[in-house]
Amino acid sequence: MAPGQPAVPAQGTPQGKHLGPPKNALFYDPRLRSVVVQVLLCAVILFFGWVIFDNVTDNLARNKITSGFGFLSAVAGFDISQTLIDYSISTSTNFRAFWVGLLNTLLIAALGIVLATVIGFVIGIGQLSNNWLIAKLSKGYVGIVRNIPLLLHLLFWYNAVLKALPDFRNSLLLPGGAYLNSRGLILPRATLSGHPELVLVALAVAIAIAIVLYTKAKRQRERSGKSIPVVLPSLFLIVALPLVTALVAVHATWTYPEIGRFNIRGGAEILPEFVALLIAISIYTAAFIAEVVRAGMLSVSKGQTEAAAAAGLRRGQILKLVVIPQASRVIIPPLTNQYLNLTKNSTLAVAIGYPDFVQIFTGTVLTSTGQAIEVVALTLAVYLVISLITSLAMNIYQARTRLVAR
Amino acid sequence: MTVTSAEDMVFVQRVPAKVLPPPVTQVGAIGWARTNLFSSIRSTVLTFFTAGVLVWIAVPIIQFLLIDAVWSAKDPTACLPREGHEVGACWAFIHERIGYFTYGSYPPAERWRVNLFFLLLAFGSGLMLWLDAPRRGLGAVYFFVVLPVVSYILLSGWPLIGLPRVETDLWGGMLVTIVVATVGIVVSLPIGILLALGRQSNMLAVRFLSITFIEFVRGVPLITVLFMASVMLPLFVPPEFSPDKLLRALVGMVIFAAAYQAEVVRAGLEGIPQGQIEAAKALGLRYWRLNSSIVLPQALRITIPNIVNSFIALFKDTSLVFFVGIFDFLKTIEVARLDPKWSGPNTSLTGYAFAAIVYFFCCYLMASYAESVERRLGRADRR
Repeated sequence: MAPGQPAVPAQGTPQGKHLGPPKNALFYDPRLRSVVVQVLLCAVILFFGWVIFDNVTDNLARNKITSGFGFLSAVAGFDISQTLIDYSISTSTNFRAFWVGLLNTLLIAALGIVLATVIGFVIGIGQLSNNWLIAKLSKGYVGIVRNIPLLLHLLFWYNAVLKALPDFRNSLLLPGGAYLNSRGLILPRATLSGHPELVLVALAVAIAIAIVLYTKAKRQRERSGKSIPVVLPSLFLIVALPLVTALVAVHATWTYPEIGRFNIRGGAEILPEFVALLIAISIYTAAFIAEVVRAGMLSVSKGQTEAAAAAGLRRGQILKLVVIPQASRVIIPPLTNQYLNLTKNSTLAVAIGYPDFVQIFTGTVLTSTGQAIEVVALTLAVYLVISLITSLAMNIYQARTRLVAR
Repeated sequence: MTVTSAEDMVFVQRVPAKVLPPPVTQVGAIGWARTNLFSSIRSTVLTFFTAGVLVWIAVPIIQFLLIDAVWSAKDPTACLPREGHEVGACWAFIHERIGYFTYGSYPPAERWRVNLFFLLLAFGSGLMLWLDAPRRGLGAVYFFVVLPVVSYILLSGWPLIGLPRVETDLWGGMLVTIVVATVGIVVSLPIGILLALGRQSNMLAVRFLSITFIEFVRGVPLITVLFMASVMLPLFVPPEFSPDKLLRALVGMVIFAAAYQAEVVRAGLEGIPQGQIEAAKALGLRYWRLNSSIVLPQALRITIPNIVNSFIALFKDTSLVFFVGIFDFLKTIEVARLDPKWSGPNTSLTGYAFAAIVYFFCCYLMASYAESVERRLGRADRR
């Protein structure tokens, strides 16, 4: 029960003979008070809403700013340095720019999540290592990285590391014909012919087979106690099947970048902004993930591990069958939270000019149209939708994995 | 067969055998290394690998920060690399600009006011963080009422009492970082408490509004909240009241911090056993009395470590006011490192290294404090 209103009415009904209602009974009636408070609160908020609305209409009229979402279909007229979908400076609309920015944000978030998870788990498990040096080093990593603002990480990687690389004329030639310079990483570009879509089909087929195998093996293990190795064969299948398909069905022609007089011609370019942002958010979030992982591992009591060892399970089996299933219930909710933080933190892209959603939409589109309210509202809506979807998924997960209390 | 006396029994040892020391492989440095570094082949390999990585990373850093560093210089050319002479961090640059990093463009003649503010703040936070301080109620009044008023007069000036006005445009550096973080925490804590109570209220409208606010703000990035405060706040008020840049940023920070404080306080509220609330109700305490004398004093006490942790987060997040045109500590570094006077290959790195060290020490000290309180509260619980 929430500590809301007192459950005991202030003026209890007197015992014995009826004294008549006390004078201030109405004033102290909890139900009436609650209604009055709520009505007053709503009135105050409505009043402020009205004042703000009034001021906004005044200010907009004075500055001759139109309102409404018509600006979305106007031609954007600015260039974007990284586009995952077709975008042209002269014909694409602001709405197209919205999607370009959103996709760039999702790209950096997805890659950042993968990288941060890998580093975070390594460091988190390292913190619990029996090896003193590894434990101390992992703790040191978490301590140092967490106590330095993300923005500083980002500026360091961008301005002090990537911008300090040689200029394009003195590019570093990497093995495989790629160039690295202060303008980014320029990879050979592959032009695919044949049936590249078959590779995706092969990947899907391989994943489907792996899932079937895994379910079968699990059922078999639960029925007979015999385990069949599935992880390695599945991984092999997922890597090999698309690879073989690619070799057979796809023919690639590579265009190698070469140093021209004013820039590097040909090749696919990866922006230094992208790399700096990816490194910075992955390293930063990894420190938080490491703490989450450590707490999760410690939440499984030592008795469990010892009992499993006494029952004859091997080290790997203890981890896989006893520790991880229990730790994951503790790890996954805060881990998702960190993923959300990472996505939100990717907005720091503004500092170095990576064209993420906020940089393109809340930055450039807002400046060029002046429609602050609509743009900010749309921005907030996008991040809210991402958060809501994630927390919805989390609620479903928690409902499914909740310990059944007996 | 004769019975021999004890003296004749040569095989009886009458003095205890000398206790041998344990083998050297079990104790001391060697024993420690054997259990902690080389317990198995895998562990040994990992130890050498990590040690290699450590040396590979740490040696150049030490070389840069200490050995090759230029500690003092009459002019910036000393920081430029010369033939056959490596140069590292250019601490002379930090030394020259330290005033800018601390006070921003605050007029040098008035900087004593900032120093006084730092002293007053240190005194206040000392009072708040010292759990056994006498008269903590008085300390809270000082921190939440006296300090904000005095600091405001001190920093922005009041010509009537002889303190010339200093526009907030001139504030900068560590001063702004501390002001934004402190205002953020001091103002957002009461709002956060109200929101946390509102979230648990059984009045539908109150609960709905609290939850909406909390989840809304926690769902969006700080940067968008700051943008919102910076571009929308001027639209919300008549033009003659248009807030200055620092105030807009402060409003954004407070809105953001309040939502997070609300969750921190809620965790504390949930730590109070239901029996206490029921007992208080049985004694006839009403809602505000119940919360102000029974629930909140206990809930806030167990929340102190988390409040400090959210202050650390806020202190780091303060660097984001960078984006709405305010010269906080990180922004002053960013401006100073591009100063053509000190243009050298290592100026940027030096600036960032300095910023990292400052942030690290501030956050590390606060985190250690939070940990010590947590341990202490934990001890009290186990009693």
